[in-house]
Amino acid sequence: MTPPTVQIDGMTKRFGTLTALHEVSLTLTPGTFHAILGENGAGKSTLVKCLMGYHRPDGGRILVNGQVQAIGNPRAAHALGFGMVYQHFTLVPSMTVAENLVLGQADAPPVLRWEVLRTRLEAFLKTMPFRLDLARTAASLAAGEKQKLELLKQLFLGSRVLILDEPTSVLTPEEADQILRLLRQMSTERRLTVVLITHKLREVLPFADEVTVLRAGERVGGGPLTALNQEELVRLMIGSMTLPRADARVPRPAGAPALEICDLAVRNDRDAEAVRGASLQVGAGEVVGVAGVSGNGQRELVEVLAGQRVPDRGAVRIRGERYHGRRPEKLRHGVSVLTEEPLQGAAVRAMSVAENLGLRNFDLPECTAARWFVSRRALWTQAQELMRRYRIRAQSPGTRLDTLSGGNVQRTMLARELSGPVHVLVAQNPCAGLDLAATADIRAQLLATRNQGAAVLLLSEDLDEILELSDRIVVMFVGRIVYETTRDRAELQAIGRAMAGHP
Amino acid sequence: MQSVDLGWWGVLIAVLGGAIRVSTPYLFVSLGETITETCGRVNLGLEGILVLGAMSGYATAWATGSPWLGVLVAGMAGAGLGLIHGGLCNLPRVNDIAMGIALFLFGTGLAFYLGKPYTIAVAPRLPHLALGAWSRAPQVRSALEINGLFLVGVVLAPALAWALRQTRVGLILRTVGDNADAARTFGFPIERTRVVGTMVGGFLAGVGGSFLSLYYPGTWNEGLSSGQGLMAVTLVIFARWKPVACCYTALLFGAATALGPALQSIGITTNYYLYGAAPYGLTLALLIWSSRPQHTLAGAPQELTISK
Repeated sequence: MTPPTVQIDGMTKRFGTLTALHEVSLTLTPGTFHAILGENGAGKSTLVKCLMGYHRPDGGRILVNGQVQAIGNPRAAHALGFGMVYQHFTLVPSMTVAENLVLGQADAPPVLRWEVLRTRLEAFLKTMPFRLDLARTAASLAAGEKQKLELLKQLFLGSRVLILDEPTSVLTPEEADQILRLLRQMSTERRLTVVLITHKLREVLPFADEVTVLRAGERVGGGPLTALNQEELVRLMIGSMTLPRADARVPRPAGAPALEICDLAVRNDRDAEAVRGASLQVGAGEVVGVAGVSGNGQRELVEVLAGQRVPDRGAVRIRGERYHGRRPEKLRHGVSVLTEEPLQGAAVRAMSVAENLGLRNFDLPECTAARWFVSRRALWTQAQELMRRYRIRAQSPGTRLDTLSGGNVQRTMLARELSGPVHVLVAQNPCAGLDLAATADIRAQLLATRNQGAAVLLLSEDLDEILELSDRIVVMFVGRIVYETTRDRAELQAIGRAMAGHP
Repeated sequence: MQSVDLGWWGVLIAVLGGAIRVSTPYLFVSLGETITETCGRVNLGLEGILVLGAMSGYATAWATGSPWLGVLVAGMAGAGLGLIHGGLCNLPRVNDIAMGIALFLFGTGLAFYLGKPYTIAVAPRLPHLALGAWSRAPQVRSALEINGLFLVGVVLAPALAWALRQTRVGLILRTVGDNADAARTFGFPIERTRVVGTMVGGFLAGVGGSFLSLYYPGTWNEGLSSGQGLMAVTLVIFARWKPVACCYTALLFGAATALGPALQSIGITTNYYLYGAAPYGLTLALLIWSSRPQHTLAGAPQELTISK
C-alpha cells in the first residue's frame, strides 16, 4: 500500500490575536522525505498539529488523494494513515512496551488476548532494525529507547504518512543517524512519506528530498533540495536579521578550581539513583561543558547545585569551602544557577519582572527602606536598569513574567543571576526553545562571564552549543562522568559514542 | 450456649473476625477510589458518598424489605454524587480536591436531612454465611460469620486488577490517568472517561456505605461513619493503586478498628478509647511513611493533582 498524496492548501491558524500560520500550502508526494525547516516559533508544529486534527485551522483545507478531508480529531487523522511522533513523549510511563504498542490500535478487541498479541508483536519487531524488550515498562527506558518506541508504535499502527516533530533532540548523533537512515530507506521503498520538522540543517541535507521553510508563520521558500544550498536555507530561515557576535574567547589557562564536585550521589523523584558518584572540577575562567542525552542525571545534579535537592552522599565545594546550596553561601561565593525551564523551577510566574529580578536581593540594603521594608521604588529602578542592560523586552517592570516570550524570560534570569558578582555559574540548556537571535545573545553572555574569570559549568543536550562554548568537555552517562577531553582534541564521534555508553 | 474461655486466642479470633466485618466498607470505598484515581481524578467526597449510601440503602431496605435492593440503590446514589463530582471537575479551573471536600459536606448533609425519619426504623439486614457452624465456641462462630458483600469485594478486587491489565477499557483508563497527552493523541475521550471512572468509584463507595447500615453496625444514625471514607483514600495510597493490595490493606485497617472491641471481649477495658483510635494512628503513620520529601509516590497515576 503506497502512501496517499497529501495537499495542504492555504492553511491559517490564529491563537487569539497572534497569527501562528498564514496561508501555508505544501504538497506531500508519496514516498518523499519532506523536511519542514524553521526557527522556534516559526509555526512548524502548529502546521502539522492542524494536519493531525490537534488544532482546528481558521482557514485552508487538506486534500488527501485529491479529496477534501475535514480532520476534526487525531482519530480521524489516524484513519487516513497519518501518524506523528511528538516532541514530548506520548508513552504511558507505567505501561509495558507491549501495552504501549497495542494502545493506539483502533480495532483492539474489548478483551485483550496477550498470547496472540505478543506473537504478532514479536513478528513485527523481527522486521525492524532495532529491538526492544516487550516486558519492560516505558518509564524504565532511556530517552533514545523511548524515541524508538514512539517510532515503532507509529509503524505498528500502520501509519503511511509519518510526521516527526524534532525527533532527534533526545538522541545521540549516532542514534539520530540510525533512525533517519531507516526512515530514508522506508521512504525510498515508497512504504512511507516522511515529514521531518527540524531546525537542524545537519539532519535535512543528507536525508531529505524536499524542503519547506517557514518563518513567522509564513512559507518563505522551499522546493527540491537539489535546487537549494546551505547558505540559502539559513538565509531563508532567519531572514535579514543580523546575529549579535560573541566576544572573542580570551585565551587563558584555567585558574584554581572554583567548583569541585566530589563523588556525588543523588536520587531522583522516583527514588532511583540518578547521579551515581559523579566527580568534576571547574577552574576559574573556564567553561566545562557536560554533554549527554537528557535523563542521565543532569537535572538532579543542577538541582543539587541550586539547593533544590539534597544529595545522598558526596560533597560540593566552592572555592575550597563546603557548599549546600543555601542562600548565604550563594551570596558569599557569587554562585549563580540557570536551571532549565525557568518558569517552573527558578522564577515566580505570577510575579512581575521587577519582583523576579529582585528575588536575589530584595531584602539586602540596596532594595529595602528603613531596613525592614522592601522598597518598591528601588526594585523598579533596578529592573529598569537591568532591562536596558540585558535587552529584556517587556512593557514595563510591572509586567507579569509569564506573559514574556521564552527569550525574554531567559534574559530576565540571566540579568538576575549575572548582575551581581559571579564566581561560579551553572547553566543547564540555557538556549532550549529560543530563536537564533536570543540563542546567540545568551551564548555571548555566557562567554563574557567566563572571560571575566568565572567558573562556568554548562550542561546541554545541544552538542553544537557544548562544542562552541566549552574549554573542556565531559560526557555524563547514567549518572557518572564517563569521558573527558579538551577543546582542541574534541571529536564529535568519540563524544557521541560516550553519550551512548560505549567509550 | 456457653462461652468457652479461649484467653488470648480469643483476642486473635475476635480481631480476625472483626477485621473481615469492619474491612468491608474500606474495601469497597478503596476499590472505588482506585478506579477513580487510575483515570486521574481524586475524589475526597467519598465520606459523603459513604454516608448517603448508608442512609439511602437503609431507607430502601426498610421500604421494600429487600436489603439487596438497598445495596443497589446505595450504589446508584453514590454514582449520582460521582456524576456531580466528575462533571463539575471537568469545568476549567475547578480543583478536584476542593470540589471533593464540598461533596463530602454535601453528601453528609443531605443524608442527615433525608435520613432523620429512619433513625427509629428497623430495616432487614444483609444475609451472611455461617462458616463457623462446626465450632462449639461462640467466639469462633461469630468471627466466621462472613457477610455476602465481603465475598463480593474479595472477588471484585482481582477481577478489577485483571480488567485494568487485560481489557481495552482498562488500558484507556490507565492512559487517561497516566498521560493525558498520550490519550489525546489517540483520540481517547478524556473527560468522558473521567466522569465514568468517578461514577463507578462512587457506586462502589455507595455500596460500601450500605454495608454500614445494613450489616454492621446495622442501623442508621448520624454517627455511623467515623471517617472511613477519608481513611480509604490513604489506604489507596498505601496499596499503591493496586486493587488486590487494597484487599490486604482494608483487612489491616479493619483489624486495627477491631482491636478495641476484641480486647474488651476478654475484659481489658482500660484505654478502650485509645485502642479505638488505632485506625487513625495507623492512617497518620502510613501518611508519614509514604510521603518522604525526597520522592514522589511510586505507582501514582501521573495525572493526579497530588502527583503534579
